[in-house]
Amino acid sequence: MKLLYFAWVRQKIGKNEETLSPPPNVATIADLAAHLRGQGPGYADAFADTSLLRAARNQEHVGFDSSIGPDDEIAFFPPVTGG
Amino acid sequence: MRTTIRVQAEPFDVAAELDALSRGGAGAVASFTGYVRQEDGLDALLLEHYPGMTEREIARHVEAAQTRWALLGITIIHRVGELRPSDPIVLVAAASAHRADAFRACEFLMDHLKHSATFWKRERRGGETRWIEAKASDDAAAKRWT
Repeated sequence: MKLLYFAWVRQKIGKNEETLSPPPNVATIADLAAHLRGQGPGYADAFADTSLLRAARNQEHVGFDSSIGPDDEIAFFPPVTGG
Repeated sequence: MRTTIRVQAEPFDVAAELDALSRGGAGAVASFTGYVRQEDGLDALLLEHYPGMTEREIARHVEAAQTRWALLGITIIHRVGELRPSDPIVLVAAASAHRADAFRACEFLMDHLKHSATFWKRERRGGETRWIEAKASDDAAAKRWT
């Protein structure tokens, strides 16, 4: 699974992307966020309050209840501020 | 329909873009240009985006606009990187036979771009940077089209 981080999520984690094989009990975006929260202080900070985060699966906006698979590209980021 | 979607660091030439869009029989071209506001102490805006997803997301809204209005062309250009006060950030333009469709498509596209295109802004003041937070009013602006 390819993970991408943007804006302050990227800054807190300290990297913009990584490849990960999450444990089999990680079935949704919310599960993945909870799993990542335990990966170190930067992750704990970035995923402390997931109501501040948005997610995309394979470059489409999705909710945290969306299911995920091993070949997906998942991105975490704050609400967008373009324009 | 002529569609141009670009995400770029370079400035864009509004007059040249609108001229290009007007070719092909348009009776109306409506456009919106967004600039970096001049605010006390603001030195720069730093914009990043999600390459690939940004373009897909904008293209999705362009397709939606085409189903709602009779359009001859759409141009959307959004800049990334470091921008200074009064620099242009974004251009949204729509060409149509008549003004109503061009005006509405332009506003629809801008509202959806602000709501869901994957860009993030930081502002820099006196050597310190701060992420800009999303506004609830931008969510509301996009929802009024549903």
